[in-house]
Amino acid sequence: MDGLTQQLTSVLQQVTGYIYPNEVELQWSILIVVYPYITGLVAGAFILASLERVFKVKEVEPTYRLALLTALAFLLIAPLPLQLHLGHPERAYEILITPNVHSAMAMFGFVYAWYLTVVLLLEIWFDYRKDLVLWARKEKGLRKWIHLALTLGSTDISEKAVEFDRKAVRFITLLGIPSAFLLHGYVGFLFGSIKANPWWSSVLIPVVFLFSAIVSGIGMVLILYLLTGIVRRSVEMTCLDKLASFLFYALIVDFSLEVLDFIHRLYEAEESIKILGQMIASRLFISLVILQALLGTVIPLILLALISPAFGSRALMRFPEELRRITYLACAVLIQVGIFSTRWNVVIGGQLFSKSLRGLTVYKLELLGSEGLFTSIILLIVPFLLLYVFIKILPPWKESAATLVPETAAGE
Amino acid sequence: MPQQTKRLAIVFLLLGATLIVARHYLVPKTFGALGHYRAASIDENAARPLQYAGHEECATCHPDKVEMHDKARHKTVACEVCHGAAAAHIENPTEHKPPAPRDRGYCPLCHGYDPARPTGFPQIDPVSHNPVKPCIGCHNPHAPEAPRTPQECSACHGEIARTKGFSKHGAVACTECHQVEEKHKVTPLLSTPTKPQNRDFCGRCHSQESKAPPEIVRVDFSTHNPRYVCWQCHYSHYPEAQ
Amino acid sequence: MSAEVNFHDVFPSREHNGAGPPDADVSPDRREFLKQCLMASPLLLGIVCVTEGEASEENGNGYKAQDHFYGMGIDVKKCIGCGRCADACKTENNVPREPFYFRTWVERYVITIDRETVVSSPNGGINGFQSAGSEKGIMRTFFVPKLCNHCANPPCVQVCPVGATFVSPDGVVLVDKDYCIGCRYCIQACPYGARFLNPLTKTAEKCTFCYHRVTKGKVPACVEVCPTGARIFGDVKARSSPLARFQRFNEVQVLKPHLNTEPKVYYANLDGEVR
Repeated sequence: MDGLTQQLTSVLQQVTGYIYPNEVELQWSILIVVYPYITGLVAGAFILASLERVFKVKEVEPTYRLALLTALAFLLIAPLPLQLHLGHPERAYEILITPNVHSAMAMFGFVYAWYLTVVLLLEIWFDYRKDLVLWARKEKGLRKWIHLALTLGSTDISEKAVEFDRKAVRFITLLGIPSAFLLHGYVGFLFGSIKANPWWSSVLIPVVFLFSAIVSGIGMVLILYLLTGIVRRSVEMTCLDKLASFLFYALIVDFSLEVLDFIHRLYEAEESIKILGQMIASRLFISLVILQALLGTVIPLILLALISPAFGSRALMRFPEELRRITYLACAVLIQVGIFSTRWNVVIGGQLFSKSLRGLTVYKLELLGSEGLFTSIILLIVPFLLLYVFIKILPPWKESAATLVPETAAGE
Repeated sequence: MPQQTKRLAIVFLLLGATLIVARHYLVPKTFGALGHYRAASIDENAARPLQYAGHEECATCHPDKVEMHDKARHKTVACEVCHGAAAAHIENPTEHKPPAPRDRGYCPLCHGYDPARPTGFPQIDPVSHNPVKPCIGCHNPHAPEAPRTPQECSACHGEIARTKGFSKHGAVACTECHQVEEKHKVTPLLSTPTKPQNRDFCGRCHSQESKAPPEIVRVDFSTHNPRYVCWQCHYSHYPEAQ
Repeated sequence: MSAEVNFHDVFPSREHNGAGPPDADVSPDRREFLKQCLMASPLLLGIVCVTEGEASEENGNGYKAQDHFYGMGIDVKKCIGCGRCADACKTENNVPREPFYFRTWVERYVITIDRETVVSSPNGGINGFQSAGSEKGIMRTFFVPKLCNHCANPPCVQVCPVGATFVSPDGVVLVDKDYCIGCRYCIQACPYGARFLNPLTKTAEKCTFCYHRVTKGKVPACVEVCPTGARIFGDVKARSSPLARFQRFNEVQVLKPHLNTEPKVYYANLDGEVR
């Protein structure tokens, strides 16, 4: 407790104005910033995948399986920041056995379980099943057994079975879109329903969260597709362009919602506006004005508007392919920084001002410790390692998909 | 039913069954009895040990002190405020003797001057009020009435006195405007001081016709806000207009 | 089960000459089977096991929770800001002494002539307050004790994901520290800053109205030690109690009424600057 006391004593010295004595300790740390960022990526990547299946956007087909695997990799890591944050992680199961149905947080266990099993795992299973069976037939050794196990023993690849798979994928994707909305929307509701906190309490927060999730998800798949494509030397420019234009559309909506929230707050000028204004001008200036607004939204918006085919089949400014790729990459990375800052500004920002509306405190980010910066960085890196493993076991590339060779099928 | 559905159904049924069985063993027994919580927690919360005994317990063994205390000015001050939590003392009177604050540091926690303390509450300046001497040297904590009746109003009306001290009325004695019976210093609420009732009172010094010293500011009472009494605008203890 | 009662004994048959009542068609075998199905269903058993449990009406000392509904009155004019309440609370409830964890605390408001409000609560008021500045600059100044308001419509209970915080039958909002998972959601949801995370138990904690004292007929520690009687504890719904008198003779307010948490701590002479 000495470390904590030292840390809090130095926080106390940096308080300006008046805060309630219990507010010196910030309750939710960077881990709670990482969690919505991760589930946002999951929801966003899945929505992108569903674009191809449900809305039949053929150009982004190469990213379909990659998006699903990305979503899975991040989804598996998502509970970790929460577990690390809990005072009693060994009691976390209580959320599943005695959930308080009035609590948004209690819904986490069920929404997560639903999304993981019924949506993501099932969709991946149905989509890959035929390939798993065919790969298992041709392979040897450990790989063969892994693939065989993943089929769950369902090895029928007759026309009827494969058609059932296709229909199932379509159905699950349809089901998955509102589920993805729920998976990340409930996080927004978790904050938006806290009437005690005027920075959080807003009808718009669930919607803003959702759209910034979509933006970050599309951006992340773009980055991954581009980087893996560069490594494998096969990048389809049409796919990339389409991703960029969807990124632009989503960003427009996200930007509009955030501007709407801003204007609405300023216009209504409720009692909290003074302290919130002070907070933005002092504590959140860099993370909100610079990182979230300027670097994370405005600059990518302008760049994408100019160089992506968002307004029709040709862009406003023609950039050569190489330059376009690098600019897309830069935009997507800036967007990740911007969306992470958005989460930071919501979570940390909501705790930097006092509920007495009379003072501001500071957040001392530790480097080490279970709630420190290093832990968060590791939590953000591990999904990529998982994704690497998934890509190895379930290659999402068009070339890797197994084809039904007539003789082989007849022989089995 | 397609093969896939059969396989999946098995997996999901297994998962569901596990959850139901786990629930049966993991949900605490008293959960849900009175509401969505563990009913046993109510008794657990109620079973904490007591540290403070409550002032009603002291009379059992210390009737004379309590009697003196209950007749005097500290009658609303519970014994444990000064003597600390005493439940342990009741358990074992000789093992745990309650401390008694004998230094000058404790009494000012209540009686040290702070302008936010209500007017009339007895306050002293801990630095200048009989320095070095322990408080209990003059004041019996169980009957803390001052050894001498306070001469100055500022003894109990420190904030007013200090505010007035900064103002143009600094040299004006309290008794100039307030008539006070001697017994107000002993039983303050039974005999309250008078207050000026009309503009003419202030006019004694501040009207054009006043015989008061010339440095006192004069005002034409016939034209200066005739509908109001003076203290509706001017705070008597700091009457400056700016 | 009513199957044991012989219908014929009660209503001797008239039309069927002893063949049985017309609607006793469900054969005993089927009834028996249904009964066994019901009993054997683990699902139902699970649900039954969870929801059964005797609600204790009276605890060992003859204390009946349903007879009480607790609240507190605070007279702001009487508070002298001595901090004895905050100190006694920490002693009584074993709260860590560092200045970051308070179940109750005292704030001082200083409203200056320039209409600025300065609020402070150094170590919750336990060691007294600093100089308030020159008297000639002060318009109003007073102390306000704060604590958990034991709301009748508590947002903290609403958001607890596992049911670790709850309203007891006698109106006290309590925390089950053996069930709390330490997610800190309740601390975020409290508009009054009344909750904190105990650094030793890693569970949420707050004022309990000294539940262990009031169930024994005593008053909370803060009420016990308040030297001016600024804190009045009692039954909100009782016809005759110090709290009833307090509510009768004072214009009472609650903190942040617009949030509709229905606090049960009532402030008399509360200044509009108090948040």
